This record gives sequence, structure tokens and C-alpha cells, in this order.
Amino acid sequence: MNEPILQFKKISKSYGNVLANNQISFNIKKNSVHALLGENGAGKSTLVKILYGLLQPDEGEILFNGNIFSTKSPKESMAKGIGMVFQHFSLFESLSVKENLILGLNEEISYGALVKDILAISKKYGLELDLEAPINSLSAGEKQRVEIVRVLLQEPKVLIMDEPTSVLTLNETKSLFNTLNSLINDGTTIIYITHKLNEVIEFCNDVTILRKGKEIETSETIKFDSDSLATKMVGERINPLHRNNFISSDIIKFRVKDLSCKYNDPFLTDLKSINFSVSKGEIFGIAGVAGNGQTELMQVLTGEDIRVQSGEIIFNQKKITFSKPQERRDMSIGFVPEDRSGHSAVPELSLAENVLLCQFANNKFTKNGIINNKSISKYANEIISKFNVMTEGDSSKASSLSGGNLQKFVIGREILSKPELLIISHPTWGIDAGATQYIRNELIKLSNQGTSIIIISQDLDELIQLSNRIAVIYNGELSNSLETDSLDIKKIGLLMGGQSE
Amino acid sequence: MINFELIIGVIEIVMIATTPLVFASIGELVTEKSGVLNLGIEGIMLVGAVMAFITLVTTGSYIIAFGISLLSGVLMSVLFAFFVLILMSNQIATGLSLTIFGIGLSSMLGKEFIGIPIEGLNPWYLVILSFLIVFLVSYFLNKTKNGLVLRAVGESHTSAHALGYNVILVRFLSIIFGGSMCALAGFYISICYAPMWQEGMTAGRGWIALAIVVFATWKPRNVLIGAYIFGGVTIIQMNLQAIGLRLPAQLFSMAPYVVTLIVLVIISSNQLRIKLSAPASLTIPFYKGR
Repeated sequence: MNEPILQFKKISKSYGNVLANNQISFNIKKNSVHALLGENGAGKSTLVKILYGLLQPDEGEILFNGNIFSTKSPKESMAKGIGMVFQHFSLFESLSVKENLILGLNEEISYGALVKDILAISKKYGLELDLEAPINSLSAGEKQRVEIVRVLLQEPKVLIMDEPTSVLTLNETKSLFNTLNSLINDGTTIIYITHKLNEVIEFCNDVTILRKGKEIETSETIKFDSDSLATKMVGERINPLHRNNFISSDIIKFRVKDLSCKYNDPFLTDLKSINFSVSKGEIFGIAGVAGNGQTELMQVLTGEDIRVQSGEIIFNQKKITFSKPQERRDMSIGFVPEDRSGHSAVPELSLAENVLLCQFANNKFTKNGIINNKSISKYANEIISKFNVMTEGDSSKASSLSGGNLQKFVIGREILSKPELLIISHPTWGIDAGATQYIRNELIKLSNQGTSIIIISQDLDELIQLSNRIAVIYNGELSNSLETDSLDIKKIGLLMGGQSE
Repeated sequence: MINFELIIGVIEIVMIATTPLVFASIGELVTEKSGVLNLGIEGIMLVGAVMAFITLVTTGSYIIAFGISLLSGVLMSVLFAFFVLILMSNQIATGLSLTIFGIGLSSMLGKEFIGIPIEGLNPWYLVILSFLIVFLVSYFLNKTKNGLVLRAVGESHTSAHALGYNVILVRFLSIIFGGSMCALAGFYISICYAPMWQEGMTAGRGWIALAIVVFATWKPRNVLIGAYIFGGVTIIQMNLQAIGLRLPAQLFSMAPYVVTLIVLVIISSNQLRIKLSAPASLTIPFYKGR
């Protein structure tokens, strides 16, 4: 029916010896929503960055309306009618909404005319904005609206959306889809990057599935159901994991009582009277949309930032509210902070050295303060092989590993040290399917051996698979915990969106 | 009895003494707003001062001296920009080296010119120019599109690049503006303020200018306040010495620096204020591509 607006012809792009795009060819129909589906590292972002002028392809060409399309910069792409809304917002945090919008424009425009344009777009597509507010005071959904309006002011013919719903609440997602639908009605073509199957099925006309830099298939979405899409995306059947048959033990290992932190900092979320406890061998999940206090809670739990106003943290009947991270480690508490490079690992040190830095007091790697290099190197290699870390060896610098690989290494390090309590943020963020599986299995095994685990994650599926109980954090408040066995997903969704019962 | 003439006299002296600080700080402010920290200002000031002096002695023209002095500032900052923007060298180390280089270069060039008397230029032209430049910079940064782009580049170079702005070019121009202002400060010192050449005659004003930028929390108009506090303390301590208070002279000479230090400590003690006002990409090199 519709002729193609964009044709990718044998696009290849490599970083070093990694082929991010390998001879990718497919067409995108005019006035459709075209999904690019794939896991992290499948090559989706690289492909659209080439289209948007942020990267140059090594080989291949793109046809736009039948003509060869070449672009050296985002500015050029925008002028030619390609707009992009990024997953990580490319907004200037300390500038106002208005200033951010002016920056997105190519030509000088009077403020009056700009406001008129913005109001017209806001009204037409249901995108409300406060022009004078600084970006850092906005929620993720509001920031995305600014991004979208900024791109729409350029009247793009093709709009690239990179994982747009990853930071949105359910309601925000709904209103985003309404906006995108009215854009389609106005003749815009949308390239929709995602790894969420239900969004592809509900919302997209066509789908291109990428796996490991290769195009696997392009066809109409109606031919698929979520099962068959998942198979294509992952390349193998996903075996559902089974949680341990956990019987709540009486031994409370870890307890947080009325914990409140006030920061007086617009960049941080205050924590408000947080209560929860974890018993021996239990996995406790903390769900929530990013930026609702997870980072702050993690830093209080690890002891990195102990600006506690009131309340206490108790581990093995001992108050550890103001203990330092190393003191907590010495009590056999393991941590995997959110930020892999810089918080969980020292980027400029080797993997082996990074192992040594976070051992408990009674470790076997030093004797009278002298490092036993052989034993750490052996241990580091054990982590590397067990957790399938792609690296040249234990002497590689932590900074030389990709995010996902470093994550595997850090998690492996904590799991193998068999702590009594493991506190872990986003365990499988940015990790391929195989390793995700492995890490989840290892976490379950660890809990079966009696370790209590706290998982803070935005991946609800992951929490449901792993946790015995789940609580939701919203705007610095933690909800009551819900048993995963009798879980009502709708309720979790409402809590994540800030609607308690 | 209040002696009005004395007060006006002191104010005049303060303004004349403060002007080089205003030039150097407003230049550095623009450079830092674009995300680059140039620690080479002291060196650029010295080279600007010596080149102005040499040119004036050899040609006798204030205009040519002014032009050559600015040109030397541009060349010094192009050198800095080449290292930090193209070769991606560390900004701190490169800036410090530039200062050391400037001190050495100016001593070498000015060797034959020490002690030569010249007729100084009336400082008031440049005093007025300094106010004009501060208000122009303030207008440029806050009211124009290009000023907004400059702030955006200093805030997040990756976002600015993604929007299609030329990060390297913006930073290049900002560094050159900063360098020119430093050279202008040098010109002022050796031609207007103390018409002579002496090694190291900028006397650490470049470092004070760096402190003033932080004091001003990167706002152009606050630069005037910061510079005048420092200039004011400098002159008042001189007057107090002249009156003959019985305290060691070293204590008086220390005063301006001690005041700067105290003010900086107070300002920086509020980390949130620094975080909210400092350009977020300051000193972070920008790599194109990935």
C-alpha cells in the first residue's frame, strides 16, 4: 500500500572489532509506526544514530523518499526532516524549558512567535508545558514532553523515538501513545525503538527485529504474538525461572525503621519514613520508576551517604545506621550500586585489584597486608569464566569493559563472596539475555543458601521472577510490601504511578 | 568631619586598581561558561603586558600597542585551545604550563626593556570599557541565542552536539575571548596602571581573577562586585599603612588575599550553590563520535 519513505541498504558499522551493524537492509513505509526491536546491544541505537547523523556508517547507504540520503550532523538531518527523541534526555538541566526549546531551533525566532508555535503544538498533541520552569524541576514525563515539542517545532517527516516509555508511568505512557497517534494522523512516520514486546504488538504497524547487529526479520506486526516476537528477538526460547519455595523464616536479618533523609537539594529525592524488613534467605524487591528515591535509598543502605535525619537501619540486631561502607562489608553485607564504573568498581584499576578492594575483613587474599597476587588473579578469572565476562583477562582495566560486562563482573564478585546480605541495584541492566538468565539463577541459588537479598530495579518482570515480596517506591515513600505469589500487577502499576489505594 | 575629596580620591584609586581584575575575570568567566577552565590567565596577562610595552616603546603608538597586545593574547589562547580542544590534553595541566610558559616568555622578551620610562595612557578609557564589556557579556549570555548556545555547551556538550551545535568551535571562540581579555588586562597594567615593565608585574592577579569567577557564581555582574571587593581591600590596606597603624606591613599586604580566601571558603561551603551555578561540563573534554 504505502511506498517506502526510508530504505536502509546494507548498513555496516563497527567499533573496534565489534560489529554493531552487520549489513542491515530493510524499508520503512510512509506514515507508519515502525518498531526496531532488539535487546541491549542488538544495534538499534547505532542504526538510528547513523540515520540521525551522529555516526557515519562504514558501508551501505540510506534512501530517503527514493533519493540517496547522507548526513554529517544532527543539524543536517533535522533540516532534512529527521527528528529524534532520545532515551536519555538531551536536555540542559539548569536551563529553562523555553531556553531548551530555543536551542532546538535552527533559525532565530522571536519569543512571541515561538510561544505561539509551542502553544499550537501543545494543544494539537496534548503536550502541556510550563515554559519558565527549569528542567531539573520536571518529572521524567514532563522532560520527555519538552523533548518531543522541541523536535516537533522542526516539523519532522520522520520521528525517531528511542525507548520512549522506559522512564514513564503507565498514565504517561498512555498519553504518549495518544500524542504519537495524532502525529501519525498528520502524516508523520515514526521509528519506534524498544525491547518491550507488548508495545510493538499494540502500537506498531511493522517491526524489524535486530539481533547481534543483524537484521533477523522485517514484517507486519499482526503476524506475530509476543511469544514469537520474543523468540526472534532472543534467538532461543526463554526458560522461565522458578523461584525457590520460600517459607518466611522467623529470623529477621535486616530491618529499616522509619528511615527519613532530607537533602535540601533539588537534584535529590528526600526519603520519607521508610519501613521494611528482610528475613533470612528472602529476596525483597523494590520497584518504581527511576528518580523516585532509589539512588538515595541505595546510598543510605550502602553507607555511602548517611545524611539520615531520623530512623534506623538494623542488621543482625545491630544498629548500622551510621556505619561506613567498609564497616558494613566487614559485617558480610555485599553491595552492587547502580553506577558500575565509579561506584561498584574503580575504573582505572585492573579487575583483579577491583576484587581485592571489596572483600570482607577475613579475606584470603592478603597476609599481613601483603597482597597474594596469584590468589586474587585466580579468583578474578573464576568470576570471568563463570559469569561469561568478555575481557582479555584479569589484568584488564575495569574501564576497558563495556557496561554490561563490568556489571557481570561486579555481580559475580559479590555473589561468589557469599555475603549474608546482598543489596543490589538493577542487577541485569544492560546485560544480554544469556547472562541475565545466569545472574538471576545465581541470585536464587544464593538466597537458597541463606543469603538475604534486596533488589532495587525498574524491571518489574525481573522483580516478579525473583522476589518473595515486592514494595514500590514513589517520590521517596515506600509502599507496604506485597507477596509476589498473590500479586496484582495492576496494583503495582498504580503504586508506581503514585496512586495508592 | 568627613573629607569628601579623600573619599572620592579613594574610590578613584580603587576603580583604577580593580579594572585589570575585571577584564581578566570576565574573560575567564566566558571561557568557563563554555566548559573550559583556563589556568593560563596569569601567563597570558604577562605576555599581553610585555608585548604592549615593547610595542609602545618601539613604535610610540598606543593603538598599535593595543592591537599587538590583543594579538599576543589571541595567539597564547589559540595555543591553549589547540592543546585542550584538538589534542584533548588535560585542561588543568595545560593551563598551568601556559602560565609558566608566559612568565618565562615575558621575562625573556622584556629583558632589555626594564626601567625604560614611558608616558602612561589615561586609565579612564579602559575603566569605562571594563564596565561596558561586563554589561555586554551579561547581555550576550542571557539575552542572545549565541549566548544561550555557549551556556548550553558548557552545561552539556553531548546534548549540544546532538542538537547540532559545534562544541569545539564555541569553546575555541570562548577561549580566544578569554585570552584577549587577559591580554587587555596586561596592556592596562603595563601601559595605564603602572607605566613600566617589570618581571612578573601582574603580581598574581590572574589567580585572583580565577577566584573572582567562582565568587561571582559564574554571573557576569557579580564579577564587578567580586573584583571591587578585592580591589577595595587592596587600596584600603595601602591607605591604612600610610596612616601608620602599628602592625607589620606583611599583614596589610596579606589582607586582600586573605579576604579572597575567606570569601571563597564561605561561597564554596554551600556546595549546592556551586553545583547549581557551575557549568556542568567544566574541565570535561569533549570527544566527538561515540
